[in-house]
Amino acid sequence: MNRFLLPAGVFVLLVVVLFVGIQRAPQKTVIPSALIGKPAPAFTLPVLGSADEFDSASLRGQWYLLNVWGTWCPECRNEHDMLLEIARTDVLPMVGLNWKDDDASALEWLRVLGDPYDVTAADREGRVAIDWGVYGAPETFLVNDLGVVVYKHVGPMTPEIWAREFLARLPKASADRSNVQASGADTSGAAIAIGAGS
Amino acid sequence: MIAEIGHFTLILALLAALAQSFFGLAGPGLERPSWTQATRPAVWVQFLVTTLSLAMLVAVFVQNDFSVEYVAANSNSALPLLYRVSAVWGAHEGSLLLWAWILVAWTLAVALLSRSLPEPFAARVLGVLGLISVGFLAFTLFTSNPFLRLDPAAPDGRDLNPLLQDPALAAHPPMLYAGYVGLAVAFAFACAAMIEGRLDQTWARWTRPWTTVAWAFLSIGIALGSWWAYYELGWGGYWFWDPVENASFMPWLVATALIHSLAVTEKRGLFKSWTLLLAIMAFSLSLLGTFLVRSGVLVSVHSFAADPARGMFILAFLVIIIGGALTLYAWRAPLLRSEAGFEFTSRESFLLFNNILLVVAAAAVFVGTMAPLISDALGLGTLSVGRQYFDPVFLLPSLPLLALAAVGIHSGWKKGRISDRRQSILLALLGGVLLTLVLVLGVWEGAKILTPVGFALGLWLMLSALIDPIDRWRRKLSMTRAVIGMAIAHLGLGLFVVSITAVESYTSERDLALAVGESGRIDQFEYRLEGLSTVEGPNYDALRGEIRVFENGKEIGLLHPEKRNYWVQRQVMTEAGIDIQLGRDIFAALGEDLGAGRWSVRAQVRPLINYVWFAAFLMALGGVIAATDRRYRGRPEPAA
Repeated sequence: MNRFLLPAGVFVLLVVVLFVGIQRAPQKTVIPSALIGKPAPAFTLPVLGSADEFDSASLRGQWYLLNVWGTWCPECRNEHDMLLEIARTDVLPMVGLNWKDDDASALEWLRVLGDPYDVTAADREGRVAIDWGVYGAPETFLVNDLGVVVYKHVGPMTPEIWAREFLARLPKASADRSNVQASGADTSGAAIAIGAGS
Repeated sequence: MIAEIGHFTLILALLAALAQSFFGLAGPGLERPSWTQATRPAVWVQFLVTTLSLAMLVAVFVQNDFSVEYVAANSNSALPLLYRVSAVWGAHEGSLLLWAWILVAWTLAVALLSRSLPEPFAARVLGVLGLISVGFLAFTLFTSNPFLRLDPAAPDGRDLNPLLQDPALAAHPPMLYAGYVGLAVAFAFACAAMIEGRLDQTWARWTRPWTTVAWAFLSIGIALGSWWAYYELGWGGYWFWDPVENASFMPWLVATALIHSLAVTEKRGLFKSWTLLLAIMAFSLSLLGTFLVRSGVLVSVHSFAADPARGMFILAFLVIIIGGALTLYAWRAPLLRSEAGFEFTSRESFLLFNNILLVVAAAAVFVGTMAPLISDALGLGTLSVGRQYFDPVFLLPSLPLLALAAVGIHSGWKKGRISDRRQSILLALLGGVLLTLVLVLGVWEGAKILTPVGFALGLWLMLSALIDPIDRWRRKLSMTRAVIGMAIAHLGLGLFVVSITAVESYTSERDLALAVGESGRIDQFEYRLEGLSTVEGPNYDALRGEIRVFENGKEIGLLHPEKRNYWVQRQVMTEAGIDIQLGRDIFAALGEDLGAGRWSVRAQVRPLINYVWFAAFLMALGGVIAATDRRYRGRPEPAA
């Protein structure tokens, strides 16, 4: 084998990758996840800034959002306002999964920028994120009342994505609520039980 | 009418480029001297019509002709004149036309300055450049024509992306393209040498100044982009390892390697096939960067309008140009033999290690940039690669490279002659270590693990770069531009390392929530929000904060960060308030309205950050000085 042929060989491989890349470029927005249609992985993690533990089982029977974030992730900051917006509509409970972060900066972040989450679980070593198949922050999962992952979005949340992919998948009753801007008097509202210890 | 002239001259330019590549390649190939001689006139024609075409595009922008779709999409009647001109390259179509124009401008420079080259060789170089011109002009004409009409005409334009309404970013693309395209010249020299199957030291001497100048442009272009990201994106970061940044950084790393290996080929006739490969790789990476940015295969914060059809075109172009060159390489490179040997501590072996480390660094960046694409292509899911990968992987080859440079710039050709300079080098090292101690213990407090390493290596290199000029000055020896240029460029590299180290180690940053009259602390600094007012610009209104900064109670700066709302695109941009001081930047950016009169304020104090860009400028300056050395001017002896 002629060693001077090696660069050309590498180049051929590269062209194949680029070719496949172009073919797939239009579908970039749809990120497949092995988890979709499967039960959401159960976890128990410390609650950020508290001694309590959060058990994902406490969310059984209701739709919820799981948002993976970290203070080290610029895109997370970009989507933060949108998350606050969603929290304001009070459609469904929002769980923050603070991924590979240090608690102090995470708490500071939530204090300064506002806290959209009903509860934030601290996944300091990133083990739970592995179970959830997280590739990079931010990622947002939609889980239904049966505990099944319905949708996953990679990248910052935007009003379009929220309306098209999330609100559209929610059961009609709760989706409507976001339009009416219901006040907190709703009985089926989002209460999350936080159990001490496990 | 003007747009039609532009369109028509663009067609003429494509025809002229076809003629240029035909005459340039077929003339010497079929030994028809009259064809060979027609190459230079074809370059002139291509230059004139491409210039006319670009001038027409500028004219429709200046005139606010919104019946041209590209103008309507990227300009607005309220846009200031400077940005109406820079809007020409504010989006895909015009960028390509600018690319094509810069390419033909470089080609013309080669045509004019290559009189001393053997005629067939010069024609082949121009022919290869013509082929690249054909690709870019055809791409512009068939997939991205900026002169298409909009019927009916728009009443007003959609405005230039507010992110791009900035002086540094107006200059950034032309500089960067000049660098990319300059590497095309080195590429064309390499192809011509391979076609002739002959590569000697004269070849390296011709190629060197072109490569060095292209490298200098690339350095300036990258630095401008980084500077812009720093004050415009509102994060205070200056490098994100974003695919688009990497796309410009990879050719830079390989071009740096190429400059050094060309030195070996020129002085000693060694590394011939390796130098060829680097010349091909440097330009290939430039093209690949263009592909990645334009085709939408990689998602990036810089995201240009992505279009798979364009991607297909560029891919075909890549296959023809790079594939052709690499095939030629596989066929011809085995013919190039170097007989001479060299000793382990000679300059040759230092430059060999320099090349290996630079290429390893470029490969590491390449892998990180392509990994998401590869993983996606193989169906392994989506992957994101960030700082956590790039920082360590890039540092690993870079740190030894710096130590190598500090010693290697004093090594002699062929035989190791380090011992003559051993004392000076050790003295420089001692000086570097002492200054590091002063910086770490005296000027700033505390350090991370790599802080002293970065300082010491950077300072050592800076002092070491000065040894040679000082020595020559003291001994009243001649000071060639090559010596001065090399000293300045390596001084710049050392300064770059020192300033990056300071920025990464001693930046104070924090997000504060402030209402008017309130203040917040970061380390020994206090930021006080004095007031908020609204101001109006030509095509935006802005909320302007007035922030006083105190250090240990003493006022050190007054900042005016803005949050601009551009009317047409309804886009909100942060314009950071920065007080540039001698040794540091005091930085504030206005963030979100947190309600109840409070605003989030990103406060940063970054030491030495300005020296990062100044250092890049020094490196580029060193390159330009070295490229204008006497042996490249004047009359080089005819080819062997």
